[in-house]
Formats: sequence, C-alpha cells, structure tokens
Amino acid sequence: MTQGKAALRWAGRVCGWVLTLAATFTGLLAVTFFIGRKVPIDPVLAVLGDHASASAYAAVRAQMGLDQPLPVQFVLYVRDVLHGNLGTSLLTSNPVRDDILRVFPATLELATLATLIGILVGVPLGVVAATRHNRAIDHVARFVGLIGSSMPVFWLGLMGLLLFYAKLHWVAGPGRIDPAYDGMVDTRTGSLLIDAVLAGDWDVFRNAMAHILLPACILGYYSVAYLSRMTRAFMLEQLSQEYIVTARVKGVSERGVVWRHAFGNIAVPLLTIVALAYSNLLEGSVLTEIVFSWPGIGSYLTGALMNADMSAVLGSTLTIGALFILINLATDMLYRVFDPRVRA
Amino acid sequence: MKPAADAASSAGRRAWLLSAEPASRAQAMLGQAYRRWRRLASNPMTLCGLVVLALLVLTALIGPLLPLQDPLRQVLADRLLPPGSPGHWLGTDELGRDLLSRLVHGARLTLAIAVLVVVVVVPIGLLIGTAAGFFGGWVDRVLMRLTDIALAFPKIVLALALAAALGPGVFNAVLAISITAWPAYARLARAETLRHARADFIHAARMQGASRMRLLLRYIVPLCASSVIVRATLDMAGIILSVAGLGFLGLGAQPPNPEWGYMVASGRNVLLDAWWVSTLPGLAILIVSLAFNLLGDGLRDVFDPRHGD
Repeated sequence: MTQGKAALRWAGRVCGWVLTLAATFTGLLAVTFFIGRKVPIDPVLAVLGDHASASAYAAVRAQMGLDQPLPVQFVLYVRDVLHGNLGTSLLTSNPVRDDILRVFPATLELATLATLIGILVGVPLGVVAATRHNRAIDHVARFVGLIGSSMPVFWLGLMGLLLFYAKLHWVAGPGRIDPAYDGMVDTRTGSLLIDAVLAGDWDVFRNAMAHILLPACILGYYSVAYLSRMTRAFMLEQLSQEYIVTARVKGVSERGVVWRHAFGNIAVPLLTIVALAYSNLLEGSVLTEIVFSWPGIGSYLTGALMNADMSAVLGSTLTIGALFILINLATDMLYRVFDPRVRA
Repeated sequence: MKPAADAASSAGRRAWLLSAEPASRAQAMLGQAYRRWRRLASNPMTLCGLVVLALLVLTALIGPLLPLQDPLRQVLADRLLPPGSPGHWLGTDELGRDLLSRLVHGARLTLAIAVLVVVVVVPIGLLIGTAAGFFGGWVDRVLMRLTDIALAFPKIVLALALAAALGPGVFNAVLAISITAWPAYARLARAETLRHARADFIHAARMQGASRMRLLLRYIVPLCASSVIVRATLDMAGIILSVAGLGFLGLGAQPPNPEWGYMVASGRNVLLDAWWVSTLPGLAILIVSLAFNLLGDGLRDVFDPRHGD
C-alpha cells in the first residue's frame, strides 16, 4: 500500500475517534443537563432564597437563561461547561470547578495507589494461576476474584476499619492525615505523599501513609480481583495455542515460554484492562471515600447530594464521567496502535 | 420388590430422557433440559449457589408467616443486644429492633428491587440489540452508537446523580440502575442475533412468508433469550451491590424499611460498640451476591455454545 493511502486511512481513523469522543461527551452533557432540569428544586430560588421579590426572581431567571426554550438552554449549558464554568456550589459558595480542582488530587492519589496494588499483586497472581491451572494457587485466584465481585466495598471498608484500626491499631483512622500534621507541607502536586517527599518531611509522609494504606488496600483488592481474573483468562487462552507447544519443543525454558512468549502476547489487552480498572476505581472510590472520610471527589459529591447542591453534583458527575470516557477511548486508541492485527 | 421396580422405572425414564432419537418435541426439550440440569448439578459450587438462592427466595416468600418479631418495632430498652440474646438470635440494632427479622424482611426488599431491575432492563436490551442486529443498516448504526455512548458512562456515579435528582426511593433506585444497565444487554443480544440471522431456518421461515416482525419476535428473540438470561443472573450480583450502595447512601428504600445497605450505614455510628449491626447485613449482601455469581458461572458453562450441547 502506498504511504499516501495509509496516511489517509489514519486521518480517517483519527476523525472517527474525534467524532466518537464528541458524540459521547454530548451524550453525557445531555444526561447531566436532563438531570439538572429534572430536579424538583427551583434553581432560581436556590440562589435567591425563598423570600425573593417577583422582579428579582424574573431578573435572575433571565440571567440564568431559564426563560429560553430548552434546546437554547442546552446550548448555553454546553457553552458554560466548555468554558469551565460548572456553576457555584450552594454548600461552599465557591465555583464548583475550584472545589473539584481542590478535592480531586485526593481521589487521584487513592485510586492510583490502589491501581498500583492491583497491578503488582493481581497480574502476577493471574499469570501464576494460569500456569498452575486447577491447582491450589489457581483456586486461590478464583476465590479472590469471586469474592471481589460479590462484596460491597463500603462494608469491606467498615470491616477493615473495625479490625485494623479499632482492634489492632495497625493503621490510622479515617481522614487523609492527622489534624496535627495538616498543612505542614506545601501543596505542589496535590498528592500528600509526593508533597511530603518533596518537602523532605518524613513525619508527614509516615502519617499520610498510615492513613492511605487501608483505603488503598481495600480499593486495591477489587483491582486485584479484576486484574487477576482477566490476566488468568488471557494467559489460559495463550498457553493453549500451538506456538507455545512449538516454543516448548524448541527447548525454550518454562520461564521464557510463560513470560516472554505468552505474557508478551497479552501485554496489549492487559493494558486496556488496567486502564479500565483505573477508571472503575475513580468511580468506585465514591463509596470508599465516604467510609474513610477521605476528602476527595466522592465525599464532595455525596456531601452535595445530601444537601441538594445540584451544581456540585452535576459538576462532579461530569468530571468523573469525562475522565471515564477519556480513559476508555484512549485505551481503545492505544489498543489499535499497538495490536498489529487490529492495525492491519 | 418395590424398590427394584422403582429403580427400573427411573432408569427407564432416564433412558427416555437421554434418548438420541426423541420421538416428540416434548421429549427433545425435556431431554435437553435434563442434560443441562445434570451438567449444572455436577458442579458443587453451582449447586451451592442454587441452594442458597432457593432458601433466600423461600424466606422472602414466607417471611411474613415466620414467627418473627415486627421488623419495625422499636424497644429502646433492648437496644444493641448482642447476637445470641434470648428472643433475639442475631441481636438488636440501635433502636432495639430485631436484626433477624429485619434481615428476613430486607431479603424481600433486596430481591424485589434486583428482580425489578432485571425485568425492566432485559426486555429493553433484548429488543434494542436484536432489532439492531436483525435490521442492520442505519437502524443498527443509530442504536449501537447510542449503546456505545451509554456504555461509556460511569454507572455508579450516574445512578447516584439520577437517584438524587429523582428523589430517594425504591422506584427511583430501580429506574436509576436500569438506565445505566441496559447497554450491556443490547450489545450481547446484537452479537447473538448476528450469529443466528443468517441461519437456514430463518431463510426457510422467510420463504414461507413470515413477516420481519414475526421473524424478529418469534425466531430471533427467543434464541437470544437464554444467553441474555445467563448474563442477567451474573449481573444480579452487581445489581444487588448497586442497590446496597444506593441504600448505604440513603438513596434507596427509605427508613424505617429494612434495606440491607441502609442497615449497614445505620450501624456505622455504633460500629465500635456493636459490630453486629453493620456486619450482619453486609454478610447477607455478600452471601446473596456470591450465590448469584456461583449460579451465573455454572449457567454460563452449561449454556455457552463453546461447550457444545
């Protein structure tokens, strides 16, 4: 095939992705818009209070664009969101965007650490389970996976707190850091652990670690369950292929067969699964954050839910949704770039 | 001689069921059902899940007839009694209500919500997916693009926002979970439809003059139903966890209803003094969703076309 044709095909594919992205985002915006209009709370009264005069009411209503027809309102809403304007939180009276930027690093820190645990434990577990099919370690891996898809995360969090914090005193309690250490290091990256390392303050680091360890392990368990199950399935499929037999016949060592040949072939699909696990954790952290009073976007979202602070609810939903969509589409793209069979 | 006769007749019945040349449609169907059942029952874990679920359904059905206390009756003098207390086998909660009775009544609620979600979601997903696969062309493109968009949404967060917007309650929780759950079924049903749509018996039916609607509803949809139902069984675990999560946040069934997720949440404040208030409902959720997962895995093994039939 000529180079021009290939370039053209790539251009077409990129256009396709952009269109998919745009369509998906529009869908998400339509849903949040619909939810926002469906709320039984009058947004004008929410701003003005119950005793506003009729003229003030009409003025604010016009200012918010609520006197326009619905399609126009939707366009206005999309324009606002694209400008980064998510409205003002009733609860904190800050712009929702500022609130989210403030709380989001905490969620990111928790989800990232949990995903790391998931990769470091789950992937090797899945590989070993597949190589020892139907042996003890395989049953352990299957049990871990089964429990992981059956246990409510908020309950596991509570049980973890009860055992490791209240009874055994191995870890620190709810929250991100003890009040005594709060604000001791400058915020640079938003991750307390990294900020403490940058500041060279090991007391803060130890304290923050003691706080994050349990929620990260709880959340990480679900990642371990998911990643080990998928790794095991991928590996089992590869190990039954004929090229594995060929490699063995050629005298390749067992380690080489498993890790270089079989694992090398599942690396790309595994990457997409890891990304999926990560976006799931961003979402799954909502319930975990409540149990551990973790000051991330999950706590912010539910706090807003309880107080009917709809701008904050929709802003958080939109943020999590947008990240979710971006990660999903980015991995889809990576998959196509790296996998020669899809590329061809 | 009676036992021997019984054994003989049961062996005869089995031979009739397993016959390779069934004489009637009923015999063929019963035979297949019997073979599937034998394969299902040969896996002890699946059987375990089935027994747990059967017990659960039974308790849910006869719950009100059991000699239990009123799940809503508060006796403040008896608050936070530990499990094993006289009259309260599993103890009492922070308002002195009997936990066993609340768990049994909660089973009704949890099962009802989960079943409702499936009843709403499965027909929608089945219809959208089969229609997309069967009609193809722009119908397929539009429906599948919609499905892909919906599939890319974060489920839990969207259900939270919906439940918050619609107001808390059982009905709205069902709606919120359903809206985020249908796309997976549409995908599955479409894939199944594409597998069957070109089959000879479909062509034969078309030549006999069957209309497209008839082909879709009488031929394609029933063929896709089994894999969709297996999928629904596996999904039940996830649905129950979502229901419990919404309940935990106070967005599901409203107090004083004994919803399991809400019961876990209400025990949070007394967790250190009375572990059982949160622990037991959580265990109930775990056992039930585990049972659905086990049964779903077993069903999938039986119905998966790759395992042959």
